[in-house]
Amino acid sequence: MADVILKNVQKTFGRAKVIHGVDLDIRDGEFVVFVGPSGCGKSTLLRLIAGLEDITAGDLFIGGDRVNELVPAKRGIAMVFQSYALYPHMNVYDNMAFGLELAKSSKAEIDRKVREAARLLQIEALLDRKPRQLSGGQRQRVAIGRAIVRDPKVFLFDEPLSNLDAALRVQTRIEIAKLHTDTRATMIYVTHDQVEAMTLADRIVVLNAGRIEQVGTPLELYHRPANLFVAGFIGSPQMNFIECQVAGVGPAEVLVSLPGGGTLAVPVQPDGLQAGEAVTLGVRPDHVRISPEGALNGRVELVEELGENHLLYVDAGQGRRLTVREPGDARHEAGSTVSLDLARTFCHLFRRTGEALQPQAGATSPTSPDLTSSVA
Amino acid sequence: MTSAVAQGDVPVPRRVRGRRSSLTRSRVRAAWLFIAPSLIILALIAGWPLARTIWFSFTDADLNNLSDYEFIGFENYLANYDGEWLGLLTDPDWWRSVWNTVWFTLVSVSIETVLGIVVALILNAAFPGRGLMRAIILIPWAIPTVVSARMWNWMLHDQFGVINDMLLRLGLIAAPITWTANPDTALWTVVMVDVWKTTPFMALLILAALQMLPGDIYEAARVDGVHPVRVFFRVTLPLIRPALIVAIVFRALDALRVFDLIYVLTANSRDTMSMSVYARQQLVDFQEVGLGSAASTLIFLIIALLVVITLAAGRVRLGEDPR
Ligand SMILES: Nc1ncnc2c1ncn2[C@@H]1O[C@H](COP(=O)(O)OP(=O)(O)O)[C@@H](O)[C@H]1O
Ligand SMILES: [Mg+2]
Repeated sequence: MADVILKNVQKTFGRAKVIHGVDLDIRDGEFVVFVGPSGCGKSTLLRLIAGLEDITAGDLFIGGDRVNELVPAKRGIAMVFQSYALYPHMNVYDNMAFGLELAKSSKAEIDRKVREAARLLQIEALLDRKPRQLSGGQRQRVAIGRAIVRDPKVFLFDEPLSNLDAALRVQTRIEIAKLHTDTRATMIYVTHDQVEAMTLADRIVVLNAGRIEQVGTPLELYHRPANLFVAGFIGSPQMNFIECQVAGVGPAEVLVSLPGGGTLAVPVQPDGLQAGEAVTLGVRPDHVRISPEGALNGRVELVEELGENHLLYVDAGQGRRLTVREPGDARHEAGSTVSLDLARTFCHLFRRTGEALQPQAGATSPTSPDLTSSVA
Repeated sequence: MTSAVAQGDVPVPRRVRGRRSSLTRSRVRAAWLFIAPSLIILALIAGWPLARTIWFSFTDADLNNLSDYEFIGFENYLANYDGEWLGLLTDPDWWRSVWNTVWFTLVSVSIETVLGIVVALILNAAFPGRGLMRAIILIPWAIPTVVSARMWNWMLHDQFGVINDMLLRLGLIAAPITWTANPDTALWTVVMVDVWKTTPFMALLILAALQMLPGDIYEAARVDGVHPVRVFFRVTLPLIRPALIVAIVFRALDALRVFDLIYVLTANSRDTMSMSVYARQQLVDFQEVGLGSAASTLIFLIIALLVVITLAAGRVRLGEDPR
């Protein structure tokens, strides 16, 4: 059990700076997920914590000790690799036992640990098999088992599920969550899949180009994204963004002019915003409704039926495309004209710099869209 | 017993042929068509000389007049004249050359394998100028053996050689050593030069195998704190073993046929004479085509036997599991 603290951690490969000073405080027993687009430095950050890469500048503390100069084996961590990294010529048992054999454990002790982990992961029947005789999901379990037997203070996972098919991904995800509940070890988990991030994490760290964009619980990130990047990254389908201008500023709301003439009062703190400034309005597909007298008019370009709900891709003029998610089967066809209503209490407003304006206290709450209060 | 007979009665081959579709048959025909040229060339450049050598080994042919010879059966190999055994198999020089060759092969290939692994491991590590190092290390292998053997001859010269000079200056030896003439050092000298020349080849083959290894398992071993020496013996070595066996077989076959290196370094000295040098001496110096051919045939048989043994042993172990 240990907390992990990063203080202004930086990493440079040759001349390329990949991690630009990351500050992060991971509590003991917490499940933290690093999420971000491919190439943003998630793996690098994890490998810095593991000790597989040297930290260029900054400090790393695990369980209160500064571990910058400590070899991986002495950091009390275990890592599960994306590619499983199993020894191809050893059977499952040896794969799990290999790392223990030098750790001064007795044969009986090793045997007990390996069998215990195998029982936990339900791979007891596979102990004599070679990795190539296993399916992807079974290999991943062995890789996790190899981490478990080390009894680490911190588990590190680098995209452990990305090589599995969808059904197995969900199943293994649940097992990892259960492992966290059972062991109460600190876990740091890297993924580019925001569903994995949302479902597993106590807290999510959104990374972009080597910098932290936002740290928070899954719902904090979903309901109060700190900036355009997080707003666009968390949530699927992506949040709709509409470029617009500030039409007026009230004490507790900002009036923006929508394309097509309408205005919308967004309940956010104006925080020095001036009329005439360019801002970005953000609204999730669930918070756009088709209604007879909506604020925006557009033409349906494409309909995607998903069964429990459906997506409409609406062209609102000037190349502005909005996604709408409505429950049930679609009642509109491609080519038809619709009028859209935005749930204003669920709208986000971002400055030109991408920074989000703070919502009014209690304004954005995870309840159903407040359609009646929207202004046309 | 009866069931075995009954099974034997089933016309398996004909049934298989009957099931062959016309597509399969045309594929088989195309395959034969494609390998026919190489088969013909092989028969001409390898099969024919081999057959001729084997034929000559049963004759009393002479290099001066190759058209006039008589078939004498196994007399080149073994013959009894008035109670005295004669022929190749009774010649102590032949057996000496067989022993020299086997000793040379075992020692030089062993040293080359160990050194080759060491060099390959170094070249496999990331360091600046690695590409250049890989090219440089191949130089000994790229120089024709005759040239490098001559070069070493000069360096090893008892009076003018740079090696004696250096050892004298360092005070390691009191008097110059006649490296290639002294029976105690001659074969070791040959081994040393061969190691110098062929280690790069070994290293390159092993390096290719090392580069095929997945990198992530080494990171996993690092995280688990497994000692690098242990990782080498428990992970790297088992994983490169198939490639290593192939490399060793290659080198061993080469070493068993060794000729140019030994001939240039020590000429016909009995202390270092290999089987090939012996055959050449019989054939060219003594003009005994029959006896020389008999020696060549025996070399062929010995090497063929060793190949079969190695491949059989290798298959057993390869079958176990490389990965
Ligand atoms: N060993 C390395 N040498 C040079 N550049 C690297 C190295 N490892 C990663 N990078 C670079 O660092 C950036 C982040 O990589 P990575 O952490 O693997 O991204 P992610 O895991 O988020 O997809 C990439 O631009 C990548 O090219
Ligand atoms: Mg990655």
